[in-house]
Amino acid sequence: MANTLKSKILDILHKDCRISNEEIAKMIGSTTEEVAALIAELESDGVILGYGAKVNWDKAYGPDSVTAYIELRVTPMESLGFDRIAERIYQYPEVKSINLMSGSYDFGITIEGSNIREISSFISEHLATMNSVVGTATHFVLKRYKFDGVVCDLPENDDREVISL
Amino acid sequence: MSSSFNPESMINSVVSNMPPSGIRRFFDIAAEMKDCISLGVGEPDFVTPWHIRDKGIYSLEKGHTHYTSNSGLKELRIEISKYMERRFDLKYDPLTQSVVTVGGSEAIDLFLRAVLNPGDEVLVCEPSFVCYKPLVQLAGGVPIAIETKAENDFRLTPDELRTAITPKTRVLVLPYPNNPTGAIMTRADLEGIAEVLRNTNIMVLSDEIYAELTYTDERHVSIAELDGMYERTVIVSGFSKSYAMTGWRLGYALGHPSIIKAMTKVHQYAIMSAPTTAQYAAIEALRNGDADISAMREDYNYRRQVIVGGFNAIGLDCFEPKGAFYCFPCIKSSGMDSNTFCETLLHSKKLAVVPGNAFGESGEGFIRCSYAYSIKNINEALNRVEAFMREIRK
Repeated sequence: MANTLKSKILDILHKDCRISNEEIAKMIGSTTEEVAALIAELESDGVILGYGAKVNWDKAYGPDSVTAYIELRVTPMESLGFDRIAERIYQYPEVKSINLMSGSYDFGITIEGSNIREISSFISEHLATMNSVVGTATHFVLKRYKFDGVVCDLPENDDREVISL
Repeated sequence: MSSSFNPESMINSVVSNMPPSGIRRFFDIAAEMKDCISLGVGEPDFVTPWHIRDKGIYSLEKGHTHYTSNSGLKELRIEISKYMERRFDLKYDPLTQSVVTVGGSEAIDLFLRAVLNPGDEVLVCEPSFVCYKPLVQLAGGVPIAIETKAENDFRLTPDELRTAITPKTRVLVLPYPNNPTGAIMTRADLEGIAEVLRNTNIMVLSDEIYAELTYTDERHVSIAELDGMYERTVIVSGFSKSYAMTGWRLGYALGHPSIIKAMTKVHQYAIMSAPTTAQYAAIEALRNGDADISAMREDYNYRRQVIVGGFNAIGLDCFEPKGAFYCFPCIKSSGMDSNTFCETLLHSKKLAVVPGNAFGESGEGFIRCSYAYSIKNINEALNRVEAFMREIRK
């Protein structure tokens, strides 16, 4: 899909999902109708899964929420492969992301909670006790600098001259 | 203080007669104005890609804080040659056919000083960047403007060139992709120019600083690629626009060994060598920067289509600029000249754009608008222009 209209639309929406179809059409030299149709396709194909603001939650509510990164080691059984295990884990709303990993552990899981106790009890009650889980290692996030391509600090002001030739 | 000493009388006559850049006053007003937004800047809004900055920093950590050879780091000149061959199918021997300079501007100055004798005429396509005429004069030459026309999309035509040539013509300055118009010259366009030049002794100074920023299916073509043009052409380029490295001040010139040798002589006395840190960063840019160029070009292209469509929708006719990051809409329908238009727009809507006549007489009736800005800024600027035009037309 490299450099097709679809890839351009994805690129633009990924940076700013509030941009209008009309605006996208102007940017890529297309029509509003064509952009709407392509976005509809991207949605129905499951390429675009949703639209959301990239929020710096620490700034919104102060340091009231805790994010943990959990390394999970499992022994997949014939009846319960990696996919089935992942499906069981991602049902919990506390789980923000889960990925199957290469290397020394199997799943990398991001969990959000309102305090450390909440997260520890989630792990001990729901994760560690799962049948195929053989071990967990939990890392708490101390400070977020950048996520999903966005730096958490406000961008520097434009330090160019007002006019230069 | 001795009263008989008059510093003003000490100024060289060429310098004191140089236009004092009447536009300076306008710039100062814009710079002081609060909440002013601008489409007036002639440099990328992107910051130099991190991997390039990192290599500059690393060179400092390693203690590379000395002069380089006059012509520039050999490693860098080798990379420049590789780049020219990779992107433009042009071969230059790194050791004898290139000199690394303090921005493209220094390369232009070196060339003119190296080749001009008093009274030699230099043809300068206008509208164009403001440095050519003054630098020609400082080098003892006589600048002759060729006014390119809106109806030709501001390209130089063979007829315009033929008419301007006299027995004293020594150099043609060919500034494409063009600042301020955004015009480009295709291979076919250049072929017509080459045809006129082939039986002359005229050299070409091809300022290709915007070569990486074109928005057509075909890549930029240098006149040096055309039959009979290689030996008489000096290409000036640099890192400022393609890699967003304006502040590093690094450019280069490529051409026949005799010309480059002469330019290097001037360079070694005036400058010694270009900034060392910048040269190390530039090596990284040429080795691993192709993807950065593509990404920035894509972004500029989005903005280009928004701004050109925007001006045309407002009724300020804007031909499609296929290079650089400027559009050059015609403002004649406002009934104002370029200076009045820009000053009135600045005062009433707090929007700074540059009057087209700052780039030569033939720019009168146009304004230069840079799209090296966020889409948000461009849209806000377009809204202000629209409101301004609505008030004028009432």
